[in-house]
Amino acid sequence: MTASDTHRAIDAVWRLESARIIAGLTRMMRDVGVAEELAQDALVVALEKWPESGVPDNPGAWLMATAKHRAIDLLRRNKRLETKQEQLGHELETGPDTAEAEIDAALDDDLGDDVLRLMFISCHPVLSTESRVALTLRLLGGLTTDEIARAFLVPEPTVAQRIVRAKRTLSAKRIPFEVPPEAERAARLSSVLEVLYLVYNEGYSATAGDDWMRPALCAEALRLGRVLAELAPKEPEVHGLVALMEIQASRSSARTGPSGEPIPLLEQNRGRWDQLLIRRGFAALLRAERAGAPLGPYVLQGAIAACHAQARTPEETDWARIATLYQALARLTPSPVVELNRAVALGMAFGPAEGLELADRLTGEPALKSYHLLPSVRADFLARLGRSDEARSEYERAAALTRNERERRVLLERAAACAPGKTGP
Amino acid sequence: MRFLLMTTGDPQATAAPLDENLMIEMGKFIEEMTQAGVLLATGGLDPNGIHIKNSGGEITVTDGPFAEAKEAVVGFALIDVRSKEEAVELSKRFWKIVGDGEGEIRQVFGP
Repeated sequence: MTASDTHRAIDAVWRLESARIIAGLTRMMRDVGVAEELAQDALVVALEKWPESGVPDNPGAWLMATAKHRAIDLLRRNKRLETKQEQLGHELETGPDTAEAEIDAALDDDLGDDVLRLMFISCHPVLSTESRVALTLRLLGGLTTDEIARAFLVPEPTVAQRIVRAKRTLSAKRIPFEVPPEAERAARLSSVLEVLYLVYNEGYSATAGDDWMRPALCAEALRLGRVLAELAPKEPEVHGLVALMEIQASRSSARTGPSGEPIPLLEQNRGRWDQLLIRRGFAALLRAERAGAPLGPYVLQGAIAACHAQARTPEETDWARIATLYQALARLTPSPVVELNRAVALGMAFGPAEGLELADRLTGEPALKSYHLLPSVRADFLARLGRSDEARSEYERAAALTRNERERRVLLERAAACAPGKTGP
Repeated sequence: MRFLLMTTGDPQATAAPLDENLMIEMGKFIEEMTQAGVLLATGGLDPNGIHIKNSGGEITVTDGPFAEAKEAVVGFALIDVRSKEEAVELSKRFWKIVGDGEGEIRQVFGP
């Protein structure tokens, strides 16, 4: 094995193990910043030793043991410097061997729970959204600050600063390393889910970053979602989000054309949808439903995605069910965009007049003022109702609002296809 | 990135019952891979495979087992990881549990 092979192997080991190592060390040191530094130190030792000695049999355990020894040294030193009596420090006094054994025992069980605690701490609401995202990708995804910076198209020092500040905030506010108590749990969990979905969407809708990082962000969010689903199996919203991400990911190769142009859902070649991911999405939804709780926003969105995935052709889509799901979603998280989606579903299920009625009610919404999909949806309904003149002007309005060139062309084609004067004077 | 990890071998030779300890270790490994969100599918393959061949439009189907089958695929795992190196690392862990043997790792391209 050459030195660069070893480095790549070490990098892979780090990616696979770092979250668990940092999580275990955080439990020991009660400080996520110190824990990460210790883990990094262990990585540096590995980078020095492994090219000579070869990668050890159990590299994760090796890294953990190395980091742990440094942690114990640090605790001893702190103990000597300060007279402050920490529980661990006290045990060190009574005998270093027992202390070490106890730390070993503490670190050996519940590694999974430690990772869950790490997710809760890195997505803590006391941090800004940007910090939560950066810290999660760093601590749980093992991404470098450079990779995070490239993904979000921000300078690397900005990301580094966000992470440093986040760690400092967690430490200063003495945020406990724990699975939140029952009363806080729902809010804290939704903060974790929000971060994962944000990372996923950043990759999926690609507002920034280079081509390599975009799919990597989707993959990372999906991976962390799957991990979370195993660690918190009784939380239906976690399964709902996983279902949503799995099903959206199943369409990734069908959603762009040969020159990178976006292809809308109903025009995609369904033969290119990834059936394995679709099945995983369905399985996640079943797990969510089995929890028996009232359906939350992620489960509802997952269920809507599943409705589309289930239809072999666009015509087979169960629009009535989708409309019902959007209605439930609108009740939980009211938003004009959700209402517009519901209007589309209603129009597809019960005819253009019904869809148009709801869409018309949205024309006064300030949030949709420059949203091209509102006139575009209204135009489709108007065209289907034979009100061609109105349809044409709505298509033109939509074309003027969209920022996507291909979409603009399609909308203008549709405007031109509206035969003039059918219902006009 | 998806990779298919395959174990190859002589289906007759590997038909021997696996020892219990190995099954436990393997179970733990599979559980860990699932928990890490890595494992998409896994399975063993029936040694009595079917051979199919098309030669100039003539399709011949032959039932196994086959005499020369030392390199037949006998088991597989489909995993979702971030790099080739991660696939290799996980495969190494698998082989440390299983013991002597051979296999192959291939990247699986999208549907």
